[in-house]
Amino acid sequence: MKYLDEFRDPALAQRLLDDIRHTASREWQIMEVCGGQTHSLIRNGLDQLLAGKVELIHGPGCPVCVTPLEVIDKALAIAAQPGVIFCSFGDMLRVPGSDADLFRVKGGGGDVRIVYSPLDALALARQHPDREVVFFAIGFETTAPANAMAVHLARHRGVRNFSMLVSHVLVPPAISAIVGAPRNRVQAFLAAGHVCSVMGYWQYEALAKQHRVPIVVTGFEPLDLLEGIRLAVRQLEEGRAEVENAYARAVTREGNAPAQRMIAQVFEVTDRKWRGIGPIPNSGWRLREAYRDWDAEVKFAVSDICAQESALCRSGDVLQGHLKPNQCPAFGKQCTPARPLGATMVSSEGACAAYYNYGRFVVEGGNEWVTK
Amino acid sequence: MGDEVTTCIDVSSWSCPLPLRDCPHIVMGHGGGGKLSADLVEHLFLPAFHRQESDCSEQSDSLSTLGDAATLRVQGTRLAFSTDSFVVRPLFFPGGDIGKLAVHGTVNDLAMMGARPLYLSTGFILEEGLPLAQLSAIADSMGCAAHASGVKLVTGDTKVVDKGHGDGVYINTSGIGLIPEGVEINPMRARPGDVVLISGKIGVHGMAIMSVRDGLAFDAMIESDTAPLNGLVQAMLDVSKDIHVLRDPTRGGVASTLNEIAKASRVGIVIDEAALPVPAPVRAACELLGMDPIYVANEGKLVAIVPPESAEPMLERMRSHPLGTHAAIIGQVSDQHPGIVAARTRLGTARVVPMQIGEQLPRIC
Amino acid sequence: MCLGIPGKVIDVFETDGTRMGRVDFGGVVKTVCLAYVPEVTVGDYTIVHVGFAITKLDEQSAQETLALLRESGAMHEELGQNHDEIPR
Repeated sequence: MKYLDEFRDPALAQRLLDDIRHTASREWQIMEVCGGQTHSLIRNGLDQLLAGKVELIHGPGCPVCVTPLEVIDKALAIAAQPGVIFCSFGDMLRVPGSDADLFRVKGGGGDVRIVYSPLDALALARQHPDREVVFFAIGFETTAPANAMAVHLARHRGVRNFSMLVSHVLVPPAISAIVGAPRNRVQAFLAAGHVCSVMGYWQYEALAKQHRVPIVVTGFEPLDLLEGIRLAVRQLEEGRAEVENAYARAVTREGNAPAQRMIAQVFEVTDRKWRGIGPIPNSGWRLREAYRDWDAEVKFAVSDICAQESALCRSGDVLQGHLKPNQCPAFGKQCTPARPLGATMVSSEGACAAYYNYGRFVVEGGNEWVTK
Repeated sequence: MGDEVTTCIDVSSWSCPLPLRDCPHIVMGHGGGGKLSADLVEHLFLPAFHRQESDCSEQSDSLSTLGDAATLRVQGTRLAFSTDSFVVRPLFFPGGDIGKLAVHGTVNDLAMMGARPLYLSTGFILEEGLPLAQLSAIADSMGCAAHASGVKLVTGDTKVVDKGHGDGVYINTSGIGLIPEGVEINPMRARPGDVVLISGKIGVHGMAIMSVRDGLAFDAMIESDTAPLNGLVQAMLDVSKDIHVLRDPTRGGVASTLNEIAKASRVGIVIDEAALPVPAPVRAACELLGMDPIYVANEGKLVAIVPPESAEPMLERMRSHPLGTHAAIIGQVSDQHPGIVAARTRLGTARVVPMQIGEQLPRIC
Repeated sequence: MCLGIPGKVIDVFETDGTRMGRVDFGGVVKTVCLAYVPEVTVGDYTIVHVGFAITKLDEQSAQETLALLRESGAMHEELGQNHDEIPR
């Protein structure tokens, strides 16, 4: 596949790796914020190859993982209602709420459907005028333009039986919260490539300067990740703290203007709770007043739902890089992908699941295996 | 049966306290071919079916091998006996239909034991309102598939359920076949040093279905690979009767099949990602939906585990058969990490290929 | 949040006033919303996330990046860098 395969070339990956190993005079701690990047890093074993030179701390970049428990519970409450067609991205189906997940609701008779795009949910609403179609609009900035378009078109075309349960989260406030935390170990960040395709990277310049951390906009394929890490390491070695773009083919400094205009029209900034981390001010988006009639939280009167996190779950510490998944007392015992306590174990790129599924073996020369 | 049965599942007697205990009813994942399905068999069905057997003079250990079919010895003759049910939606999809799938499915389950499939039964659960033209097309398809597979459809049953209580058609096929002497093929026979072969390109059937699935559809020339494998298996047995394991990687894909074998044989399996044959459109569709071809269903492919000395001749013979032209060696069996399947990536690193939980879902993340 | 795949635009049209297109991802074609990439036209590559094109893929930039990577490797060889083979 063009513009995908070339960035997976093992020979070029080896060269980037050599460069990183040659450049790093000590071990550096770098955080990737995006769940898709975590997935790619671990699935390709890049973290194994970088051991000793770069410690990758997996950040809260998986919107599935950070969607607050009460939002999941709201989703479950709405999905269980008769007459509702509840549409969601596949990622959310297995995320545990307080005592169920969307799969269980489906098993109990709820009409829960997976869609690829929010426009598919809108199309369902037009096909089924007698049903209430609700779309679970989660995601970082990358997904916001799509979600915004869906609700904008619904309003524009007068589709009244469509609404969205919105839980958008923003990356820059998260980076700020992480790097500003007292126990922070992160020395540099890999900014999420496709978030920056939409929003540009100008917002990170102030962050880099204020907190004196290098921030490198990075893609998702092995070569992209290694190049992003290489630039971050070089900055750290040289004592610089700048924003660099290692994903130039898909990211510009200003980002996507039409997308940003639509986002501004539909959404407004709000405080958001991040599951496992806690509330971060101005770190999310919610629907504007003008779209109230398409806001599922209002339509289904679920605003009052509150939730209690599992006392055992340490997702938050994992998400902030304070704990490695296998250091959590519940890891692999009370908490496994089959029975997750928190979202980091459910989502395929939640750090805990990724670690459980992929990270268990290191090749030690030839065919020998060592359990990590 | 019905309302008066208020069976409480006694979870305290289960040895493995995982998923089912938390889940009071069936979820879609139980049919996904992954861990949930396996748990259902191991912790609900097997104990229930075996509970009576300790009283009988003859213990049946067929169920406990958990192979695709049961091996039975009846008056000196070895029979393979298998059953499979088909609930696929849509009923008609690129490259096939539920009827064709149903015939091939049981033919293949029998072939995976090294058996020569002979006779099939067909059970239909029809939804009130199903157009007869559709049923006729399905029946025609089954007749053709049976003829092409060399089996006879000899008995059947039909029931009708109320409208809204079935997806048009559900089909069950059961079949019997003869296992030749000297053939011992079952999932417990993989041995360290054995070679793992695949008969062709993977992920085709699952993506063919996905391409017409509501909410996820895309345009691609992907047609289901559904096919009867008994001819291919026969050709392979002609090379050597000493095939250790045969399995068709249906739901849950190659990953789930290899995990089941690794667990049953108590061995490790290492595969080489670069050696897995994946057709370009399947790869592209998987990239688009964030899915991994190794977990996608196949309907006309088999995984074979053979002793190292017969690997090359076996591969050559497979490649000369129409259903094996893209056969490849994809890995080997190891004495390390028993029960676990691992993959060597293109970058030379290693990752675990875990058993799938439920069905593989498209993702945006 | 980030599954964005590069594809080639093979067709552009309008549906109910919204700019849409058909995009070819290595043999798989999907209908995609092009509203956010008005500059993208037939023959261009774009990155698609949940059915929306979010940016034009800068092909020249992609080629330059790859060229740089290939060169840097050559440079390392010339300077006699010590190659650690994968795996360690």
